[in-house]
Amino acid sequence: MSDVKKFLYVNRKAPHGTIYAWESLEVVLIGAAFEQDVALAFVDDGVFQLVKGWDTGELGVKNFQPSFTALGDYDVQKVYVEREALEERGLTEGDLIEMTYEDEDDDWAEKSSIRIVSREEMAAIMADSDVILSF
Amino acid sequence: MKLGIVVYEGPYQHEASDTAYNFAVAALQKGHEIFRVFFYHDGVNNGTRLTTPPQDDRHIQQRWSELAEKHGLDLVVCVAAAQRRGIVDEDEKNRHGKDADNIAPGFRISGLGQLIEAGIQCDRLVTFGD
Repeated sequence: MSDVKKFLYVNRKAPHGTIYAWESLEVVLIGAAFEQDVALAFVDDGVFQLVKGWDTGELGVKNFQPSFTALGDYDVQKVYVEREALEERGLTEGDLIEMTYEDEDDDWAEKSSIRIVSREEMAAIMADSDVILSF
Repeated sequence: MKLGIVVYEGPYQHEASDTAYNFAVAALQKGHEIFRVFFYHDGVNNGTRLTTPPQDDRHIQQRWSELAEKHGLDLVVCVAAAQRRGIVDEDEKNRHGKDADNIAPGFRISGLGQLIEAGIQCDRLVTFGD
């Protein structure tokens, strides 16, 4: 369909301290109803959004991390995480939550949505997108 | 070109709303179409008519309202972000039993779908904010 655009949600900020990450997720959840080609990107401090084991109790803020793991149910199948951003923060893929989707072209096999990409590859993904919503 | 504008930051604290306004004026002067201006995050605070800046300063809310009237701009404030921050129109006032509304002329409160629709419909979606 020609009216399907490639939406890329770019997450650049730490999950807490400001509301950008949380309200970004709200856009992704609403946007899922529009049947566009959706991908998420995590760069800079945005990679902390996917680090597992959040405990927001003492912040007095709702823990919205479970919504990330539910994104597969919203047909979000592409989650790009920048390798350099992880390395610069002493993180590896093993520190991240699991995000999965069911592949309809492969007998609904459960597959990981997370793809670790280089900074150069991330630039190409951005260039290839039609609409970038950057948070 | 058909443009969508997104404003993430509140007035005065941050220059984003000023820059977005200047961009909108320049784009209209060049003959571009502005499909919608969408206010999100603290950007919803641009849409309260209770704003009262010092008289020798620019009136950011009024400037948007006047631009909307002059060019028929669609200024949309995100409902979820607005509820958190106390930006209220008459419908929201009645729904939540508040004692007043404060939405400025030319602004309307609607859902995030309006942002996605702008992304789909516009040639370019231009974001102003951190």
